[in-house]
Amino acid sequence: MSRGKALFSATFAKGFGRAWLVGGFLFLYLPMITLVVYSFNKSRLPSTWGGFSLDWYAKLINDTEIINGLILSFKIALMSATGSVVLGTMAAFSLVKYRRFRGRTFFSGMVSAPLVMPEVIQGLSMLLMLVAVQRAVGFPPRGLLTIWLGHLMIGMSYACVVVQSRLQNLNPQLEEAAMDLGARPWQVFSLVTLPMISQALVSAWLLTFSLSLDDVVVTAFLSGPGATPMPLVIFSRARLGLDPSVNAVATVIIVAVAICVGLASIWVVRSERRRAAEISAAQRADSA
Amino acid sequence: MTTLKKPRWWHGRSAVIGVPYAWLLMFFLAPFLIVAKYSVSEMGTITVQDVMTVADGIVKLAVKYSNFIFIATDGLYFHAYMNSLEYAFVTTVLCLIIGYPFAYFMARTKASLQPTLLMMVMLPFWTSFLLRVYAWKGLLDEGGWVANLLIATRLDHVLAWLGMIEVPGQLMHTPFSLVVGMTYTYLPFMILPLYANLSKMDLRLLEAASDLGATPWVAFWRVTVPLSFAGIVAGSMLVFIPCVGEYVTPELLGGPQTLMIGRVIWDENFSNNDPPMASAVAVILVLLIVVPLAIFNRYQAEAQERTS
Repeated sequence: MSRGKALFSATFAKGFGRAWLVGGFLFLYLPMITLVVYSFNKSRLPSTWGGFSLDWYAKLINDTEIINGLILSFKIALMSATGSVVLGTMAAFSLVKYRRFRGRTFFSGMVSAPLVMPEVIQGLSMLLMLVAVQRAVGFPPRGLLTIWLGHLMIGMSYACVVVQSRLQNLNPQLEEAAMDLGARPWQVFSLVTLPMISQALVSAWLLTFSLSLDDVVVTAFLSGPGATPMPLVIFSRARLGLDPSVNAVATVIIVAVAICVGLASIWVVRSERRRAAEISAAQRADSA
Repeated sequence: MTTLKKPRWWHGRSAVIGVPYAWLLMFFLAPFLIVAKYSVSEMGTITVQDVMTVADGIVKLAVKYSNFIFIATDGLYFHAYMNSLEYAFVTTVLCLIIGYPFAYFMARTKASLQPTLLMMVMLPFWTSFLLRVYAWKGLLDEGGWVANLLIATRLDHVLAWLGMIEVPGQLMHTPFSLVVGMTYTYLPFMILPLYANLSKMDLRLLEAASDLGATPWVAFWRVTVPLSFAGIVAGSMLVFIPCVGEYVTPELLGGPQTLMIGRVIWDENFSNNDPPMASAVAVILVLLIVVPLAIFNRYQAEAQERTS
């Protein structure tokens, strides 16, 4: 009796679990799929399906506001992802390798603060500071440079978190062995540490790149006349209402990001496998 | 030997620590102090009146609390702060209700399937936040298929009864659309820490509970849930804290009813051209966030101690 009951509840739980997972993924993915599907809609309204068309994509090519925004955003994203990874790696390295230095707690607090600080406050504070600097020395003008600084501030924290978790899991004996064999600190870093954290660097770069490409609030506070990156163009159009051109841009961005993330994860899996193979080969040679 | 080597290490070391440190002091701390300074100054006719003036070698401080007094007396600000906390709370609860079972079942599926599922939860992270919010505009606006579905199943009457929408049939620009948008965009932030926690759980504890006569249901509530408490706190804070200061979602999906504090700061700065007022509102928002942040940090530190 009780056994039968338990069996029933086990199968019920299994089915319920599957249904919940499927439902959750539908919730996560259906809105994006709808967004993509409606970029091919001939009609302007989401209520009517006017047939398949590529009209909105054709219009996109002649839309200078969007094209210019896209170019500017890519420039900023490239610069801020690269800068974020450099600064974030240095910060992560300081936090993991140097257990003790003056103001370490304060430093680690400042590194992680941008992760939770509302973006409105970050944008406002950065703007007020840059305005003060501008008034004092007449530089920098608001535009690409100021947006880059703002994105760098947020991106650095994200990059630091990603690199930090990788550095913590490294085997310190490898670096110690290199030092014992006479490598200089810089050589230890570039020949031993860097190859081992390269995957984390790639994912940190991609993450900060997509964050920069996407950011509305900080960008809006720091952009100037004549510098309207992609997210601001999309945001101002979305504010006015539904716009199929936004759906078309969205589809282009989603596909581009999916391809990049897909390629990067394939690369990460492959190099992981190669490294595992090399390590086991080395161990076999060692024992032989 | 070591004494000879030490200076080299020292140079590299101070550069590695110094560069990001100086960067953070300059671009995180200094702007923040400027906001604090602005919050106690006032707008002159065109420009901001400086708090500190140096005349004849004498430093004069003119701290003005008028912004804070205005915030305290004008009901609009109180209302906006309360709204922000309320919607952030509702969003957090919804994320927990959807996310906990999700993370739980994810952690209990076949081990070979889990990396794929994890990847599928992470993927929305990579797609644009702005576009994910925009997507809901198309779904909930008049004629959108989710709106049609809700109206056809008469769930809009239930929502109106709950006070999430004003009149049945009108779903956009309501507390409902705002909360749905925020739940959608922040759900992965809830799932990931919960999954990390639940997948590490020792399943023998459940066997022990069952050997001692606990039904699966009892074991779940008295073993699994208490053990995953750190994950619940982490996920909730990761959803709650950014939601309080959210700007994009209330602007795109919210309506006149759903004034949140992020929008107030934005409007004070851009529409009213009053940075001191915006700064004062921001300072109070930071103070509101500090409390949940402290709770979050304490639990993170405790969790780290336990693992090490």
